[in-house]
Amino acid sequence: MKPLRWLAMTVLLALAACHRSEPQAASPAPHASAAVTPVTKDAGRFEPPAESSMPADDFGKQILLGRQIFNDTSHYAQAYVGNALTCENCHLDAGRLANSAPMWGAYPMYPAYRAKTHRVNTFAERLQGCFQYSMNGKAPPLGDDVLVALEAYAYWMSQHESIGVAPPGHGYPKLPKPAQAPDYARGAAVFKRDCALCHGDNGQGQQTAGRTVFPPLWGPQSFNWGAGMERLDNAVGFIKANMPLGRGDMLTDQDAWDVAYFMNAHERPQDPRFRGSVAETRKAYHDTPYSLYGVTVNGKALGEGTAHP
Amino acid sequence: MNVFATALFVCGALIAKSVSANTPDGAVIAQQGNGHGVAPCMACHAADGSGQSAAGFPRLAGLSPTYLRKQLDDFANGSRTNATMQPVASGLSDAERDAVAAYYGGLPVPRVAPASVPSGEVAQLAQTLATRGRWPKGVPACEQCHGPGGMGVGDHFPPLAGQPALYLGNQLHAWQQVARRNDPLQLMQSVAGKLNDADIAAISAWYAAQPATLAKEQQP
Repeated sequence: MKPLRWLAMTVLLALAACHRSEPQAASPAPHASAAVTPVTKDAGRFEPPAESSMPADDFGKQILLGRQIFNDTSHYAQAYVGNALTCENCHLDAGRLANSAPMWGAYPMYPAYRAKTHRVNTFAERLQGCFQYSMNGKAPPLGDDVLVALEAYAYWMSQHESIGVAPPGHGYPKLPKPAQAPDYARGAAVFKRDCALCHGDNGQGQQTAGRTVFPPLWGPQSFNWGAGMERLDNAVGFIKANMPLGRGDMLTDQDAWDVAYFMNAHERPQDPRFRGSVAETRKAYHDTPYSLYGVTVNGKALGEGTAHP
Repeated sequence: MNVFATALFVCGALIAKSVSANTPDGAVIAQQGNGHGVAPCMACHAADGSGQSAAGFPRLAGLSPTYLRKQLDDFANGSRTNATMQPVASGLSDAERDAVAAYYGGLPVPRVAPASVPSGEVAQLAQTLATRGRWPKGVPACEQCHGPGGMGVGDHFPPLAGQPALYLGNQLHAWQQVARRNDPLQLMQSVAGKLNDADIAAISAWYAAQPATLAKEQQP
């Protein structure tokens, strides 16, 4: 019953994904290892308004604050950030870039039922999740300036879009399953060749003048086990479309899967929903082949978490 | 002091001298050349390593030695072309390249008055490219790799701030024309290919006018 099981899993995953899957995008045929799925070409894509068109009134101030939070999160939303990341690390161009989970791809899709929380979440509640998991921090309370500013920014960016219609370029691209199962050693080689230049041999990124220039990909200063980027299918879509910075679509599909696997086969801060044991937590929140939480890779059992910095 | 001790001392001094003769001195090469036809670096890059902005000779002081060493290798192997630097780099031995790179890397960043700040639309264009990029065309912001204020990051992303506008413009054009192709992962060839002449003029003038060291109040 393997194929059926996979199908069921895929349906479940599609439902559980942070960002909805494209409506009826024909699934490409299985690829050879050098297959390259083009992900950046999309005719008729939504263009968010120019930043110069932000209103200069009190509403505009909140929109601008949202943009500032995006680019310099630890400064503008300090109380809620627990690592060295910014929103922009995963949502390029301050949340404007297609195929990099742009805000204009997410905002029109809320409120939405999310399997992650088992309830209908508002956009603001979705933002709370970003702070809890991706930023390894604390959820700003509903109504907090940080959430209001981010929501204002996303709303402003999404003007003239259709409500409830996932626009092309929303979320991260869904890549077809790799020809070969993702592999740690191959991923390590891709990492060394194409990623270490910026993220460092140890994946801890690079800082200058006390500011993170290249984000840490794992370890205590990175996103925690509850973040969407912990899932291989999310990570591979982001990497394929956007990495190395400015040279997106450079990696083959197989390289992208392998290096996503390598990245997520490292320890990171514990899932804040921890249920007392890794096994229990995996069962509750990570029961998918796309999560390495609770899996032993390269002789190391993942999911123990890192010490708080 | 007995004769034996004196002889030992002289021997020791001679050994020390021969060792130092085998280990090239970066400062000597910078100030006097290497004695085998390579001119002193300071003739173009200035005694303090600050370069010469009018001629487009870059600052070397305070740059990563690893970066400087790689540039010398690349001038020699032709992946970075420059009529002046090619014979210089080729004329330096392996050890001399290391010495001169370490020397300049260790020099303090000179306090040079930055070029005059561009204004109006040029400034706006430059600031946007520097801090936000042009993502719809796949151009990251300069700062995303070269760090806040273009201060440079690690061994592979050199500082842009305070470098001569002519130098910066020449490099961007060289990448566009694939005359310079020593950038890791072809990151700069990719970026420069998406810029036009007005972009290059603006961003070069902009970074030439930025202070080479981050002021306290600019630090986050």
